[in-house]
Amino acid sequence: MVANFGYGVLVITFFVTLYSAFAAIYGERKQIPAMVESARRAMLLTWPLLTLAAGVLIYLLINNHYEVQFVYEVTSRSMPTYLKVTSWWGGQAGSLLFWSWLMSAFASLVTLRKWDRDREFLPWVIVVACVTMAFFIGMTVFFENPFAQLFQTTAGVAAHTFQPVNSILFTPEDGRGLNPLLRHPGMIIHPPMLYLGFVSFVIPYAFAIAALITGRTDDRWIRVTRRWTLWAWLFLSCGLVLGSRWAYDVLGWGGFWGWDPVEIAAFMPWLTGTAFLHSVMIQEKRGLLKHWNMLLIILTYALVIFGTFLTRSGVLSSVHAFAQSAIGPLFFGFIGLTLFTSVALLLYRWSSLKSETEMTSLLSREALFLLNNLLFMSILVVCFWGVIFPLTSELFTGQKVTVGPPFYEHATAPLFAALMLVMGIAPLSAWGHSTVKTLSRAIWKPTVAAVIVTAVIFATYTQNVGALIGFFLVALVILVTIYEYWRGAYARQKGQGENIFTAIWTLTGRNRRRYGGYIIHISMMLMAIGILGIEIFQVETQGRIGVGESLNLSNYTITYRELASWDDAPKGVNYTRAVVDVSRNGVYLGELHPRKDYFYDSQQAMTIPGERATLRDDLYVLLIDWEPASTTGATFKIFVNPLVNWLWLGSLLFLAGVIIAAWPEKEMERVAVPVKNPIQQQTSAAD
Amino acid sequence: MKIQRLKPSQGLNKIENIMTESSIPVPRRGVPIWIQIIIWAFLVGLLAIVAVGLKRAQEGTVQPGAKIEDFTFNLFQGYEHNGQSQIKLSDLRGKVVVVNFWASWCKPCEQEAAELEAAWKEYESAGQVVFIGADYVDTPNEANVYLKKFGITYPNGEDRDLQHERPLSQYFRIKGVPETYFIDKNGVLQYVQIGPFSSIDQIRAQIDPLLK
Amino acid sequence: MGSSRITFYALLLTLILAGLWTGPAFAQGPTPTDNDVNRIAKQLYCPVCESTPLDVCPTEACRQWRELIRTMLADGKSEAEIKQYFVEHYGARVLAEPPNRLVTYLVPAVAILLGAFILFRGFQLWLKPSTTEAGTVEQEPKALQDPYVARLEEELKNRK
Repeated sequence: MVANFGYGVLVITFFVTLYSAFAAIYGERKQIPAMVESARRAMLLTWPLLTLAAGVLIYLLINNHYEVQFVYEVTSRSMPTYLKVTSWWGGQAGSLLFWSWLMSAFASLVTLRKWDRDREFLPWVIVVACVTMAFFIGMTVFFENPFAQLFQTTAGVAAHTFQPVNSILFTPEDGRGLNPLLRHPGMIIHPPMLYLGFVSFVIPYAFAIAALITGRTDDRWIRVTRRWTLWAWLFLSCGLVLGSRWAYDVLGWGGFWGWDPVEIAAFMPWLTGTAFLHSVMIQEKRGLLKHWNMLLIILTYALVIFGTFLTRSGVLSSVHAFAQSAIGPLFFGFIGLTLFTSVALLLYRWSSLKSETEMTSLLSREALFLLNNLLFMSILVVCFWGVIFPLTSELFTGQKVTVGPPFYEHATAPLFAALMLVMGIAPLSAWGHSTVKTLSRAIWKPTVAAVIVTAVIFATYTQNVGALIGFFLVALVILVTIYEYWRGAYARQKGQGENIFTAIWTLTGRNRRRYGGYIIHISMMLMAIGILGIEIFQVETQGRIGVGESLNLSNYTITYRELASWDDAPKGVNYTRAVVDVSRNGVYLGELHPRKDYFYDSQQAMTIPGERATLRDDLYVLLIDWEPASTTGATFKIFVNPLVNWLWLGSLLFLAGVIIAAWPEKEMERVAVPVKNPIQQQTSAAD
Repeated sequence: MKIQRLKPSQGLNKIENIMTESSIPVPRRGVPIWIQIIIWAFLVGLLAIVAVGLKRAQEGTVQPGAKIEDFTFNLFQGYEHNGQSQIKLSDLRGKVVVVNFWASWCKPCEQEAAELEAAWKEYESAGQVVFIGADYVDTPNEANVYLKKFGITYPNGEDRDLQHERPLSQYFRIKGVPETYFIDKNGVLQYVQIGPFSSIDQIRAQIDPLLK
Repeated sequence: MGSSRITFYALLLTLILAGLWTGPAFAQGPTPTDNDVNRIAKQLYCPVCESTPLDVCPTEACRQWRELIRTMLADGKSEAEIKQYFVEHYGARVLAEPPNRLVTYLVPAVAILLGAFILFRGFQLWLKPSTTEAGTVEQEPKALQDPYVARLEEELKNRK
């Protein structure tokens, strides 16, 4: 009953989105503002409707309604309530509804803003948003219905939207339960963050399409969506970092990024999104790179849909992939349609995207931003090729191959290094005119300082060439950025007579985008330190030891103390927990508790490491079950991951940086001024 | 001089024309046709590749009704068929062929191992049915242990087709183990069993109709 | 500190080896340690599971393959031989990189260089020949805003 109501709401929402799209187009073509307004109101209706549908689904999830197929698949009686709520996005059908719900929220937010100056964009933004929503909702209505129920017929038990003849409702006693890997706090927030990032990039795309269709290809569409792009980028970045942190904490292979095809599918829109974020600044300031900006946002949207498609269609083999289903071909059709339409529009308006000024020097800031775009696109090409290669190889040679981390690491390392170099040079480059001489005058001090830092690292830490190059670049970028910050603050100090701290504060406050951006750059370099540490210097060892025996790795010693195993019946888990003592260079540091959680309902186990985190390194101890652990002997695997915590530290600073950059500037205050001599106003004729 | 009201975009174009007139001419009206063709061709090619990949992912195992291609199958040491350590499917024309994919690490396979061997014992003497066991992605030691444990006597070998130089499982497009394929006397696939048999009756039920 | 450390490690090694001594006696050499096995397993992928390296894969099948690596190491097989065996029996997908490395790296390299080349040519078409005329660079933007000046210039040009 309740499930059918939920389905009905979905069907209504589907028709509402279709109506909204058609009304917008009709109203725009026939110049009927009332129709466009009607379309806008219809769009506003989608969020309450989808919230209702979502509410119904959550109600069913929490209340053990196992006759609903989705509830059966992703929940079980042993799961706590909060996990049942989050299982909303733990399966195919529910996650599609979640996507649609987020999309409607953002579309509504967009339609609520003031449209006075951009009335011509409105219909097309509505069309793009509603067509996307119609697609996702249409898939839930026709193919992946989260409200489908289980019915028993003579042929067996199957899920149907409408009750078949001669069948009865089938209610299983308990559900299958969420994949144990998903029953973790990190896993709760990672998919929503990613979806938020994906969905919010649809808005700048919608405005870009509107700009192409209406011909208003100046930078208006960019100014309007500036804040959207920043927030979208923030969500996507956070989603990626959270996914990495979760993988590190829970998956138990001692790393945070496996270059899995689905990880890359989420990374690719981030690449184009970052390039887009930077490139629009050049269009705003100099009217250049207009073609690039259109191309980048179209690519971002296409990659968002493509990424969503890859995880759900079974085209790629991956640990992330949802079970394969009929929606693969539909996604494919939608991607083809939107890609072809966007490219056609871009080619049609190509000449109206001509630059307003010209680039005069290869070392000017505009040229460096162009190089920036090129580097991001190159990394994208590498990633895309790596993802698509197994497919093409199987097609042309019949042989299945795997493209793993070595390819991605070797191919992208020089590109990332080049990016870091650009990050170091660009803040010091000048608009318009820059030569090697002017640049070197600006940059020689930070460069010398960076070389000194690298020399110190060479003497005290490592002689690895790759690492030294990496650390040099990190030092260069951080020093250049701090130098820029200091120069601005110093100028304020001298000019306004403020002390240095007030100067920094007001400087940041007055130019949030720029200085927030600098903070973000510094945070990315901190993350780079972490990545360099773990990628180049990670060591591991594995061994089976008895109680009281020890394993050594890199100055650390772990001694096996005890093992305990117990059931948690209500949660349906069996815990096997080992206690190990940790000491470094003979000094006792504490205990760690690596454990294995075995989930009865899904017959899967999770390996939770014992971690000890310091800025210098991470000690990471796993209880392996190559052979069953017992009190006589257990197999442990130890990783020492140097510098990895700089990665997480950097991501916190990153968050701060983005918030600063996105913080709204104070609106100009409107002050009422009394009018002494009112001017006679004549109503002008035509306007 | 006629003063013509220009739209802002028009004015910009005109100025650009003047400014660039002295330098090398750039294409002004849209993108050249040959570039457009390249772009569209590239996009179509890309989508085509993804489409084929998608189709592959969607298609299931080889379906009943398909004529099974000939294959040459090497047997493990200790197994032979007609005095040979190789089996060629085309040599078995006129007999019913049952191909079973299994692995020593596959727990459900153990459920049906005894039933398969018992069924083989029933049909072996008449010589009208041939059972072939294909060991899918397995280690030699454990495979041996498995075969000895269940006393399997019908021909078994590593999952490989020597004629086409590919795994036999790749040709059948199996989705997992155990899977059993029933091929009739004319070399046409008649039935696919996904998962283990629960009783010997099920096996008989598939073979007997094909013997007629 | 030195000699007691050596003794400690010798004892540890003996203990580890004793712990691993589970199967029948091997004809040659000590049993390869877990680390030896991992060193090779790290470079291989599970032939059955999706995108999981062989050293972390928890399934029964992967356990068997790791033991196979251990056996082969004990028999004195080299790393290359073991990898070769895996490729022969389980296909090229067990390797972390496609066997045909040339194509894998060549295509993106060519694509990137091509893109860079196209951009560079486009940039050259744009680039103004003189960079010292800072004056004219500043005048033009102002002229952009006045369509009548443009019209005037055009008329003047036509008069020449």
